[in-house]
Amino acid sequence: MAKPVPPTVSLPAAQYLLVRYAKRGKMRFASHRDVARAFERGVRRAGLPIAYSAGFSPHPKISYAGGAPTGVASEAEYLTLGLTSPRPADLVRGQLDVVLPDGIDVLEVTEDAKGSAGESHASEWRVVLPGVRPEAAAEAVTGFLALSHAPVERRTDKGVRQLDARTAVVEMSVLDADDRDASRRGTVTSQEDCAILRMVVLHQVPAVRPEDVLTALGAGQGLVPSSPPLTTRLSQYWPERGSAGTLNGNTVS
Amino acid sequence: MPVESIYPALEPLLPLVRKPVQYIGGEVNSTVKDWDAADVRWALCYPDAYEVGLPNQGLQILYEVLNERDGVLAERTYSVWPDLEALMRERGVPQFTVDAHRPVGAFDVLGVSFSTEMGYTNLLTVLDLAGIPLFSSERTVCHPVVIGGGHAAFNPEPLADFLDAVVIGDGEQAVLQITDLIRAWKREGQPGGRDGLLVRLSRVAYVPRFYDVTYHPDGKISNVMPNRADVPPSISKHTVLDLDEWPYPKAPIVPVAETVHERYSVEIFRGCTRGCRFCQAGMITRPVRERSITTIGAMVAAGIAATGFDEVGLLSLSSADHSEINEIAVDLADCYEGTNVGLSLPSTRVDAFNVTLADELSRNGRRSGLTFAPEGGSERMRKVINKMVTEDDLIRTVTTSYASGWRQVKLYFMCGLPTETDEDVLAIADLARRVIAAGREATGRRDIRCTVSIGGFVPKPHTPFQWAAQCPAEVVDERLRKLGAMLRGDRAYGKSIGFRYHDGQPGIIEGLLSRGDRRVGGVILAAWRDGARFDGWSEYFSFERWARCAESVLPEKSVDLAWYTTRERDYSEVLPWDHLDAGLDRDWLWQDWQDSVAPEGAAEVEDCRWTPCYECGVCSAMGTEIQVGPTGERLDGKRMLPLQVIG
Repeated sequence: MAKPVPPTVSLPAAQYLLVRYAKRGKMRFASHRDVARAFERGVRRAGLPIAYSAGFSPHPKISYAGGAPTGVASEAEYLTLGLTSPRPADLVRGQLDVVLPDGIDVLEVTEDAKGSAGESHASEWRVVLPGVRPEAAAEAVTGFLALSHAPVERRTDKGVRQLDARTAVVEMSVLDADDRDASRRGTVTSQEDCAILRMVVLHQVPAVRPEDVLTALGAGQGLVPSSPPLTTRLSQYWPERGSAGTLNGNTVS
Repeated sequence: MPVESIYPALEPLLPLVRKPVQYIGGEVNSTVKDWDAADVRWALCYPDAYEVGLPNQGLQILYEVLNERDGVLAERTYSVWPDLEALMRERGVPQFTVDAHRPVGAFDVLGVSFSTEMGYTNLLTVLDLAGIPLFSSERTVCHPVVIGGGHAAFNPEPLADFLDAVVIGDGEQAVLQITDLIRAWKREGQPGGRDGLLVRLSRVAYVPRFYDVTYHPDGKISNVMPNRADVPPSISKHTVLDLDEWPYPKAPIVPVAETVHERYSVEIFRGCTRGCRFCQAGMITRPVRERSITTIGAMVAAGIAATGFDEVGLLSLSSADHSEINEIAVDLADCYEGTNVGLSLPSTRVDAFNVTLADELSRNGRRSGLTFAPEGGSERMRKVINKMVTEDDLIRTVTTSYASGWRQVKLYFMCGLPTETDEDVLAIADLARRVIAAGREATGRRDIRCTVSIGGFVPKPHTPFQWAAQCPAEVVDERLRKLGAMLRGDRAYGKSIGFRYHDGQPGIIEGLLSRGDRRVGGVILAAWRDGARFDGWSEYFSFERWARCAESVLPEKSVDLAWYTTRERDYSEVLPWDHLDAGLDRDWLWQDWQDSVAPEGAAEVEDCRWTPCYECGVCSAMGTEIQVGPTGERLDGKRMLPLQVIG
């Protein structure tokens, strides 16, 4: 009886593509793993010559940068694809976008020398706070920025984690009326009375998420929205890649 | 009348619940059609969690069949977990479809597919959250028609008060017939109101409220009679002939959320005539209808291209029995060699040929585990259930498995079968020991494993065991305890043998719901009001709740939980489902039941695909025929490849 043999060794990656994609609308509730499965199926449906790892259970060569938390929308998620033969980046953008669920939208595909998306250093976030007056939000932001530390706890599967929400925040402001209208476009919520925060949060270990900052704003500054906030990652900062094209023109001080 | 999405009301609740992604829809291959352009609108419900319901083959088929038609719209709805249910009640958010988040109450039809009786209470949650009265008798023309179907609706009597109609058998053609009847009734201005529609539906479906059940003083059923002249005395199942004409699902929905099966499944044939006496699926889906190798090949190619799945499942009740399974396995393995597409075959038949097939399908992959289902531990037991496998067959099969590189063999058994004794169950331990010994000898290795998986047997309607006494939960538990102790206590082999089992108590409630009559509906309602949800999930199931509700609701002392479950029925008793015709001749079933428990040893029934017809009654009653190959066709590997994978 024939013994199983390892599958034909896949060709090595001849090209790496850096993909920036968005998680919009209902798809903000997709987890990191959900999005990964969608992309694995997407590259197969699109017929892209994706490279596979060797061994008895080969995996497609897709490398994901840290994803936005489940429930958080994003305009700036990243992954890298390894292809066995080069494809025009623009063509791949269109081929991939059309086979993914609506709301997982491929924004930009560029050639990349590396096989891994790596880790960015900071993210810019927009947070819509339903039922909060902009003036109250501005007051809370001023109070928060005046602090040197803002200890918060987050419950995780492994227990309660202690974090300092203040040291991770390098910028925070309340968007004024003009910015708000522009910023609200494309979001699902239609609360009339809401404040919109913009903040830049460093990627520390342990990670401080926007929700941790909101916990600190709630506990320390009494800022509590009437229903769950709607958070969107606007951009990520990659020092080694430079900010051009990946940070939407914003720079982190 | 415009129907708006409830999503704006649902969205603020989603960050507060577990796995919100299951409620958002938007999956690849899901369909949202214009509400106003459709004149018949179906909400298709699987009354369990999305992760279980989404891969359900039946619902996926009907979704495509309906949405392919102009003027017809079908969306899906699943049970919401109790965390979301509580929030929806608090905020007044109704049961919704995941496709367009439309309220279920706005549809013309709510079609509910039951794979298991343990989903019955979830039906009531769906109805209640949808704002549909629980009782059929309280609904008006403003409410959807609530139609049940699926294997667990072959005895819908416990749900008789809650369902307006029940489709028995295959759904592909039935849903289209129902669609036409509803469309005509609506165009004519809804003549006769709701009952007017139900009378029309009674031509293709069972309408419980048009039948009255009377009882003898001892609690047994005296009679089931139509209460109006224009409905038939009994209702027959639907049978789709020629599966090649119904190649669904073509492009199944690809979930964003993680679900229990993540693969493209193609049914390679429907029906089974192996004649296992415990098996309801094998009895109610007769006759065998094969899908041809060419249709299977085309469906697999198109299905992978449409979904991006990397696994293909070849489904049926006993897949190795397809007349061209060897060609299917070899040709598909050729077609997909080197593509990272995996092929799988549920391998339950104990047969060395099955191992050869599994080897073929796993040509490129890892050989982790194979599953076989001898079902009975002793040869005597296997004769009783007509699962004709000798111990030597089994040892030969597992030896072949281990020798060709499979490390783990899973063996499925049942406990509590008719005439079973402790010895029959403890024989499983001897069998497992022989399996490991043979495996070690064949491979010269000690890291091979065997897992014994066993659960309590529940007698089902429309089977030869429909008259049998169900084994009490305590007896099942005690036998499983003894078996577990024997397996674990074995010094030479114990560490190589895994043991998985199910407690006996849930099986008793499954037994109550499986063979219940209309009086059991009150128990379902009481249990639901008491909080019963997701009864198929051990973390939610409460035997105590069901036992208490059964005691308080059932009308007489004599008709109790034990009366429905552990009581043997006799030939003359009117069974609650006798007026629902699955085609099986009642006398044939009775004779097969008698043959199984004959004191001189059980008589064997052959498979009618290879031996002359033994007149189970199905083909003559339903006007159907066995449809099997071989067709002599082959698949051309190069032409079939849908993907350019290694470039």
